[in-house]
Amino acid sequence: MSMFWTIWISVITIGLIIGCYALLRWTLKNNTGVPEGESMGHEFDGIEEINNPLPRWWTILFYITIVWGFIYLALYPGLGAFEGFLGWKSSNQNIQSMEESRQARVDARERGDIVQYDRELEMAEERFDPIFEAYAKVPVEELANDPEANKVGQRLFMQNCSQCHGSDARGNQNGGFPNLTDDDWLYGGSPAKIKETLLGGRSGVMPAQLSALGEEGIDEVATYVLSLSGRDVDQELAKKGKEHFAVCAACHGPDGKGNQQLGAPNLTDTTWLYGGSKRTVVETLTYGRNGVMPSFKDTLGEDKIHVVAAYVYSLSNE
Amino acid sequence: MKNAHEVIEKNVGLLTILMLVAISFGALVQIMPLMFQQQVMEPVKGLTPYTALELEGRDIYIREGCVGCHSQMIRPFRAETERYGHYSVAGESVWEHPFLWGSKRTGPDLARVGGRYSDEWHRVHLLNPRNVVPESNMPGFPWLAENTLTGELTAKKMEVFRGFGVPYSDEDIAGAKAAVEGKTEMQALIAYLQSLGTHLK
Repeated sequence: MSMFWTIWISVITIGLIIGCYALLRWTLKNNTGVPEGESMGHEFDGIEEINNPLPRWWTILFYITIVWGFIYLALYPGLGAFEGFLGWKSSNQNIQSMEESRQARVDARERGDIVQYDRELEMAEERFDPIFEAYAKVPVEELANDPEANKVGQRLFMQNCSQCHGSDARGNQNGGFPNLTDDDWLYGGSPAKIKETLLGGRSGVMPAQLSALGEEGIDEVATYVLSLSGRDVDQELAKKGKEHFAVCAACHGPDGKGNQQLGAPNLTDTTWLYGGSKRTVVETLTYGRNGVMPSFKDTLGEDKIHVVAAYVYSLSNE
Repeated sequence: MKNAHEVIEKNVGLLTILMLVAISFGALVQIMPLMFQQQVMEPVKGLTPYTALELEGRDIYIREGCVGCHSQMIRPFRAETERYGHYSVAGESVWEHPFLWGSKRTGPDLARVGGRYSDEWHRVHLLNPRNVVPESNMPGFPWLAENTLTGELTAKKMEVFRGFGVPYSDEDIAGAKAAVEGKTEMQALIAYLQSLGTHLK
């Protein structure tokens, strides 16, 4: 902050405090011309205003707040560029990037500044980092049997994952969010794959087929797809649908069993990502789907992801 | 003067004026110097103006009163940054006119909601929040999926923002209508939400 604004702020602020003091002193004098304790000369309904001085306790409190005002402005940043004798601030400001934020934290620590937010972080890191570091050394399969770790993992899951996968982790067909408690996996359910999903996110694209197949073609393919999981369908339609299935086979495989490399779901089982009604399958074929799992690398960091992965792993491997 | 205090007490006009003077000192100290500080004028590295679609989404955000229940201001407390990400910094809001920081959190803060959920999640959630979050008390906004944008005023809005110092190029403004026309309000709002807080890298 420039010198001009520092002077501007300081003059007005300190001037106001002194002004308050002057006003208080003036108000304490009897300016009314009526002796103390006597009537001000008007009454209403038997209630009379007496010329009483300000209460003493109130006056003393006012003096104390004035003194406190000066102490506060000396210790804390309140007067423009003057940072206060404590060197305290709530957080690092004037940040242009995450890198600058990290750097500001290092710089403040070297200068010995008291940055309230950084202090909070330090205390939390001292307390929690060793716990997560210890967990990070335990393999996911083993950590999944640790009830304490699972409690931590569940908390993190509730806060970061439940919005899509549900607080019971059973997923949600409204948006195509997979059930994490069964043994059916889009991208694989090994600890390494779960961690990969959490760290990098996933992006599953089912392209729209309306222009390629037409409404009739989609009806036929949908019928064939339903027949794959053993549903009673119109065999004639299904047969026609099978002829179009080559397009689908590129991702779902010629037998429709899916492909975990691509995250293409298995169509031959009864687990459905968006629902297994014919209407839903037609919708999927007509408009396509975009399944996105966001990356949690920046939000949670690798150590916490390890614990979440163990919790998710534990759900289907009890 | 016998009793100066009595003059003020018995003259409401004068009392009002003196009150305004007293309050204005606060603004002179708290607000005015900030307007001239570099840190509230300099954008964070990598800040880009809203695209035409995001800008329309922002107007829908304002129209539907989202700001009444959602703040866009992460304060520097660990309890907040653990949940929402890095605290909000001044350089992220330099092109916001008006800013939508809000002051009420019936729902969660949205300052860094961009990228947290998939577009599909937002679509399902905006149609009926209880379809993804059973205990949510947020209202549904199903009409957003039905209303389409014409883009008639988009270019004009961008020009107004350019007047405020947002660096829109002539091409941005020329292509605004085409970028928006025919899109649903839902698409615009989701585009806006997905852009929030993603510039601080």
